[in-house]
Amino acid sequence: MTVETQIAAEARTVARAFGRRPNYVRRTPPRQRKSIVLTIVMTIFIIYSIVPLAWLVINATKDQADLFSSFGLWFGSDFNLWQNIVDTLTYRNGIFVQWFGNTLMYVVVGAGGATLLATVAGYGMAKYNFPGRRAVFAVVLGAIAIPGTALAVPTFLMFSQLGLTNTPWAVILPSLISPFGMYLIWTYAVDAVPTELLEAARMDGSGEFRTFFTISLRLLAPGIVTVLLFAVVATWNNYFLPLIMLSEPTWYPLTVGLSQWSAQAVGVGAQPIYNLVITGSLLTIIPIVIAFLFLQRFWQSGLSAGSVKQ
Amino acid sequence: MTTASTLAPAASRVPPQKRRTRRDWRGWAFVGPFMIVFLAVLVAPVIYALVLTLFRQQLVGGTGFVGLGNYITLLQDEKFWEALFRVTLFLVVQVPIMLALSLCAALAIDSARLHGTGFFRIAIFLPYAVPGVVAALIWGFMYGNQFGLTGSINDLLGAQILQPFSSQWVLASIGNIVTWEFLGYNMLIFYAALKVIPTELYEAAEIDGAGQFRIISGIKIPAIRGALVIATIFSIIGSFQLFNEPNLLKALAPNVISSYFTPNMYAYNLSFAGQQFNYSATVAIVMGVITAAIAYIVQLRGSRQEGR
Repeated sequence: MTVETQIAAEARTVARAFGRRPNYVRRTPPRQRKSIVLTIVMTIFIIYSIVPLAWLVINATKDQADLFSSFGLWFGSDFNLWQNIVDTLTYRNGIFVQWFGNTLMYVVVGAGGATLLATVAGYGMAKYNFPGRRAVFAVVLGAIAIPGTALAVPTFLMFSQLGLTNTPWAVILPSLISPFGMYLIWTYAVDAVPTELLEAARMDGSGEFRTFFTISLRLLAPGIVTVLLFAVVATWNNYFLPLIMLSEPTWYPLTVGLSQWSAQAVGVGAQPIYNLVITGSLLTIIPIVIAFLFLQRFWQSGLSAGSVKQ
Repeated sequence: MTTASTLAPAASRVPPQKRRTRRDWRGWAFVGPFMIVFLAVLVAPVIYALVLTLFRQQLVGGTGFVGLGNYITLLQDEKFWEALFRVTLFLVVQVPIMLALSLCAALAIDSARLHGTGFFRIAIFLPYAVPGVVAALIWGFMYGNQFGLTGSINDLLGAQILQPFSSQWVLASIGNIVTWEFLGYNMLIFYAALKVIPTELYEAAEIDGAGQFRIISGIKIPAIRGALVIATIFSIIGSFQLFNEPNLLKALAPNVISSYFTPNMYAYNLSFAGQQFNYSATVAIVMGVITAAIAYIVQLRGSRQEGR
């Protein structure tokens, strides 16, 4: 097998695991006893995962003086969280709020657009036979193996030639393509949308796009949520691409803005604002963590009314 | 970045058509928009970068055609080799540790012998939602001697034992951040693969008297070999493309992390500090080819063992 087909096979497994219906969640064998030893060992993993996040929450409550004087994993003498949040949101005329809005725009247009394009194209690949289909298959699978960061510098060079750098388009356009997402929807659609249903809709005189939007979209929902989840995380966390594309702070997303605040603590004329960097980091991860927990419930509830065969 | 030889078998694996449709152009109405954007933002930049690598900014007379000159310069560039060696070292140490930990976590959660499985799964997965930038900032602060945990621990021990930003430890410090970020993600890939193994296999093995560790080595690991290979490939790509974490820690350890610490940082700094766009494109293209080639070799080895 090639890299591409291996990835393809894996995409199917992931899609199944995410979009599974409750009835094939494996049952726990009843005689399997819970192990306390294993639970304790695994708690080390939890501590490793959680401690940095706990550090972030605790230190977001300290002012600069307390940051230096108090123990890292416990609260300082004053509780400064609200003051820190106010300071973060109002620093330099509320530039943080602007960055937040930019990030939101990049996520909604970029990740939303990527999911839409991937869904429509994946569905087209699954349910239509058209000239050039095999060529599309080959190029898209080849593209899955290309790392996004490897493309960043070439894309920047081309965009600067076209005068697109330092505009929101420079960040949004490259985010619009998710070959992996397109493949995921495609493999999902083959089983989730019964071809007979489409034939029936055609008999009733429904146009292709109307059938897609009224019937197929609903059946594809669990697959779409999975693709959306990955696309949202990718765009919300995007750093390298906006860093090289944007020079104007008014277009920065949160990630680039925070790294700028952090960098201003060193060098000539340093103005450390550690408490704002920490509080800003906390405010940056709260929405994505909420989105995660919310979407996780979504894909586990097994929305699909279509048939997912094993 | 795909060679013709990899395309041929891939194309033969088009999922079977379930119905006898006549071939017509309707499908393009669905696939067309994706392909237009795909060509514009993915294929075009690669071609443009390839063209750029053939030229060089001359001191006099503007840009001139140099053929493979940039590639020859790169092969003799000590900074490039140093960066490449560093990410390779990172790869052979960090990736096995991270994947082994992820596999242990996935096996433990899949074993159904944990109290509160759901909580464990979410808590370990949570760091993946944290942007790489924020992860590097948090760990950077925690590593710091001033108000981080390192300072507290060193005070406790009464000596400067932990030195995350010293030149011998900085790569390990970065490795720890990357491990923290992607442990849960890899765990989820393994867990998803474990989930679809039929339970009957375990029951049969238990009747035959196989213990838990025998089941893990005999059934579970072979069954998720595909997931292991894919996680390895994604980790290799991540190692060779390392950028965010060292670039952010550079502010905290400017003397230890150079402008050519990793190949990606080198390409970035060539473009932005040096305005050497043609040479920068050469670094990006060469790293892309190396990454794809190594991923391909891992893939070949992975499937050969499968056939054994």
